[in-house]
Amino acid sequence: MGSNKSTLQHIPNAEELMEETGFSAAHIQRLYDRFQLLDRDQMGGLRNEDFEAIPELVTNPIKDRIIGAFLSPGKDMVDFPSFVRVLAHFQPTNSKRSKTSSQEQYNSPTRKLQFVFQLYDQDRDGKISKTEMLQVLQEMLRMEETDEQLQSVMEKAFQEADLDQDDAISFDEFKKSLEKLDISEKMSIGFLC
Amino acid sequence: MEFFFNPFDNLLCILLGISFTVWVTLLLVFIIVPAILGVSFGIRRLYMKTLLKIFEWATLRLERGAKEKNHPLYKPYSNALIAKEPTSLEEEIKEIRRSGSNKDLDSATEFEMSDIFYFARRGVESIMDDEVTKRFSAEELESWNLLTRSNYNFHYISLRLTVLWGLGLLIRYGLLLPLRVTLAFTGVGLLVFLTSLIGLLPNGRMKNLLSEKVHLMCYRICVRALTAIITYHDSENKPKNGGICVANHTSPIDVIILASDGCYAMVGQIHGGLMGVIQRSMVKACPHIWFERSEVKDRHLVAKRLSDHVEDKTKLPILIFPEGTCINNTSVMMFKKGSFEIGGTVYPVAIKYDPRFGDAFWNSSKFGMVNYLLRMMSSWAIVCSVWYLPPMSREEGEDAVQFANRVKAAIARQGGLVDLLWDGGLKRDKVKDTFKEEQQKLYSKMLVGTQENRSRS
Repeated sequence: MGSNKSTLQHIPNAEELMEETGFSAAHIQRLYDRFQLLDRDQMGGLRNEDFEAIPELVTNPIKDRIIGAFLSPGKDMVDFPSFVRVLAHFQPTNSKRSKTSSQEQYNSPTRKLQFVFQLYDQDRDGKISKTEMLQVLQEMLRMEETDEQLQSVMEKAFQEADLDQDDAISFDEFKKSLEKLDISEKMSIGFLC
Repeated sequence: MEFFFNPFDNLLCILLGISFTVWVTLLLVFIIVPAILGVSFGIRRLYMKTLLKIFEWATLRLERGAKEKNHPLYKPYSNALIAKEPTSLEEEIKEIRRSGSNKDLDSATEFEMSDIFYFARRGVESIMDDEVTKRFSAEELESWNLLTRSNYNFHYISLRLTVLWGLGLLIRYGLLLPLRVTLAFTGVGLLVFLTSLIGLLPNGRMKNLLSEKVHLMCYRICVRALTAIITYHDSENKPKNGGICVANHTSPIDVIILASDGCYAMVGQIHGGLMGVIQRSMVKACPHIWFERSEVKDRHLVAKRLSDHVEDKTKLPILIFPEGTCINNTSVMMFKKGSFEIGGTVYPVAIKYDPRFGDAFWNSSKFGMVNYLLRMMSSWAIVCSVWYLPPMSREEGEDAVQFANRVKAAIARQGGLVDLLWDGGLKRDKVKDTFKEEQQKLYSKMLVGTQENRSRS
């Protein structure tokens, strides 16, 4: 494809981002356009309100967790490089553009699983507790089921995954329960360009 | 010393005088008289063809420049950014479970930890590209139209192209803009003056006839003030008296485009300032429906006035834009049902602008009205197509919302626009809570279904 670097002069750190994440120059450009469209007040970063302005995201039951994946704890704004890094998790695994080793790539199956694990593990203590799992269920089902129903559903799923019965699901147990799943297929978003 | 300046002064005056006269004569002959008579010399179409050839040449030069430097040219994709599967919640979650589960489906638990994959992916997809937010900003073009407003390929512009662009700038701002502004003032001024005059006449056939002629003439001058090149299709379906004309909304110019081809009763809120002056004088000649700000909130009052107007078959058709706000002309958003409850025949009209010559979309959060008009008048031209669709009426057993959606689908189909269910009001407001609960309902229904299967076996 030749050297694409000068096309992205107006985007800060574009080359580093490309190497780190494996996105092509065209992808970075498109994502930058998208970022600017979402950044309504042109502050150079996306806040909660900017995400909440996307109607299709607002109707998603776990929208707060997804937004939380972008806004790391303590920060209320996500800048463009961080935005791209999070989205890099959803690159198809077979795109071999990144120069870093396959373990560190954002779109490796392990990194993808870590992303989902963190959606459950909101307090980032490395384990999914029963409370955290119940919270996820409550968000996905809200008014539709009673608390007792949710409790029993949660218990069942929890017992299956919690192999060492320590009332917490670690990342390895999480990984084990999903080992048959083709992570890269289910957690990938393909670009059309 | 005085003698030295005098001849120059005289010469200057003479030159100015001559050019002014020539200018006004040209204006009169080529623009105003045809506008009055409703004929066209075809100058604008020739202009359009020439412009297209120039744009094609410019794009080729850009591509050649890019190839020489071995870079890929940035090509904007006006539709989708990412590939989205059109599968439903139930299909996808079942698919995820099937491929990841160690157990067979019948004895599956009601909830699987992998279910969250679906929601996570959908959520991130909507962050990367959603159907709604992009409708409120201008459409991207695939070829460059010599307006720097939308071009990422600056560094491929050769000297020749820069010269061309500079020339274009000069022509647009130096020649076209003053011309258009003059015409605009003429058109609006005439409208206000003549309609006030006509207002003095007693009500009757003569008044209606004159009012019609005056409105058409002034709108035609305004059309030329924007260099709008409009193609009307299927004029046999033009709205008739006592009907309601609905159209998709992209900009305030829509009104001028439609009203220069037929007479309508406009509906809207009374504004202050120049707009208010125009509105007040227009209503003297012809019964337009203007509401005070306070009356707009009262839905019953609005509906009553509109239906009263529609019932009187001698009155002009009402012109309404049911989307309620300006959309960027790539899609049609939800039609508010109010216009479809009034009764009467609905005449749908589809308006599609050609963005290559100038983007007509009014992004009201970015530009004010005056800024917008200046941008319009300094673009190359406004090219659009108007389709008059066959009249529709509400059918038996159809409620206003279904009727509105049916009309919207017809307009979207004809104009080649995407038909969306989302409300244009989302430009400013938040999503209603009822939508938020939909996903949860679907998911819960699916889980309950699994539960029932289990209890049966």
